[in-house]
Amino acid sequence: MAKQKNYLAFGAVGLVALLMFSLPPETTNRIKQSIGSLFLPLVGVAGTAQQLPVAAADAILSRRGLLQLTETLRHENDQLKVQALQSAATLRENDQLRSWLGRQRELPWKLKFARVILRDPANWWHTVEIDLGSRDGITNNQPVLTAEGLVGRISSVALTRSQVVLLSDPNCKASGLVENPAHDIGVISVGGPLDPSLVHLIYLSGSANLKPGQNVFTSGLGGVFPKGIPIGQVVDSRPVDFGLYTEARVKLAANLGALEQVWVLMK
Amino acid sequence: MNALQTILILAFAFLAVFGEALLPGVRRLLGAQVDLLPVLMVYAALNASLLTVTLLAVLGGLCFDALSANPLGITLLPLFTVGLAIFSKRELILHTLPFAQIVLGAAASAAVPALTVLLLLSGGQQPLLGWGSLWQWLVMTLGGAAAAPFVFALFAGCHHALGHPPRTETSFRADREIHRGRS
Repeated sequence: MAKQKNYLAFGAVGLVALLMFSLPPETTNRIKQSIGSLFLPLVGVAGTAQQLPVAAADAILSRRGLLQLTETLRHENDQLKVQALQSAATLRENDQLRSWLGRQRELPWKLKFARVILRDPANWWHTVEIDLGSRDGITNNQPVLTAEGLVGRISSVALTRSQVVLLSDPNCKASGLVENPAHDIGVISVGGPLDPSLVHLIYLSGSANLKPGQNVFTSGLGGVFPKGIPIGQVVDSRPVDFGLYTEARVKLAANLGALEQVWVLMK
Repeated sequence: MNALQTILILAFAFLAVFGEALLPGVRRLLGAQVDLLPVLMVYAALNASLLTVTLLAVLGGLCFDALSANPLGITLLPLFTVGLAIFSKRELILHTLPFAQIVLGAAASAAVPALTVLLLLSGGQQPLLGWGSLWQWLVMTLGGAAAAPFVFALFAGCHHALGHPPRTETSFRADREIHRGRS
């Protein structure tokens, strides 16, 4: 009798699992989002709890320290204003040159700030959840970056949160362009499971001449990531497949292991 | 205590999954996140009913998959397989001994991710695997082993605080009472 009960329970769980696997991806995504939304109150509580030490630290900051900080920020702000003026002039010049060449004008990036609220509990995926969703205009495949460089892309969107698949995850592929005279192009692929800051740049041509420290940017190929987002720097390279291709290890510019705040590139 | 025990186990599972997704401390320190669901399954399989084991596998697994990039439902079967294996032999296990708890916690924490990855691979998924995964597996196994006695102690504390107090036996028996005097 007890064994029968065990078999029945196993059958029931197997049936639930089979049902989940056989559902269309849109439906499973919706179920996932519904279950995930159960955690939202806890996310809010955790966010408030994390802010408490910051608020406490702010409360005990001395007036002198605040004045010093304001002064530093004022200097930095002035410097950035001058840089922005320079960039605007360069952009105008670039637009003019592009119009003479008959090329489409490049629009400036529109970014939206987001906080990382949760990380993937499974060790075999590298994804994070951010606090922006479809109500904020987020859609699938939008690039996500930090001030340092590319982080990944949006892989699924709920009303108030979205999942970002990181560059170190097998499900995120990007085309990378090496800043060298030949402008070699390859595909960013996963590194190891332990170090999310190292990825591989594969399918580079066999004659690619890569040197450590060369910068890697997005090439704009593939249609997901616009051209020119910093990805990282070449660490080393080696020929693979009897010299047919070159493979390089790239140290990512963004620290994927300690993401707190990111920017979503709006379309 | 049965319904309360089930509620407590499920609530703990919910919080455990949330904690794993919220706190990256262990992952930053050791390169892997420790999963508490297998340990909880060991506790449920040794102390609760089959219904609780089933509910924990289904609801815990779904919660875990909802916050992860796993296909929904992939964690149910490994969790339940481990739970059922322990449940069917629980009369033979000395579950009050910390050593048994540690061994079972380690075994469950090793088996659940291994079975999940096996299912993912057979389902055509490409999880992030490499030599470093062996280290992650070791961390998960040892983390589960270390967490098991604490989880058992936590639930024992809850049981003590929220359950009915044990009935005290007295030496008085009505049928052995000596009646004095004339009735």
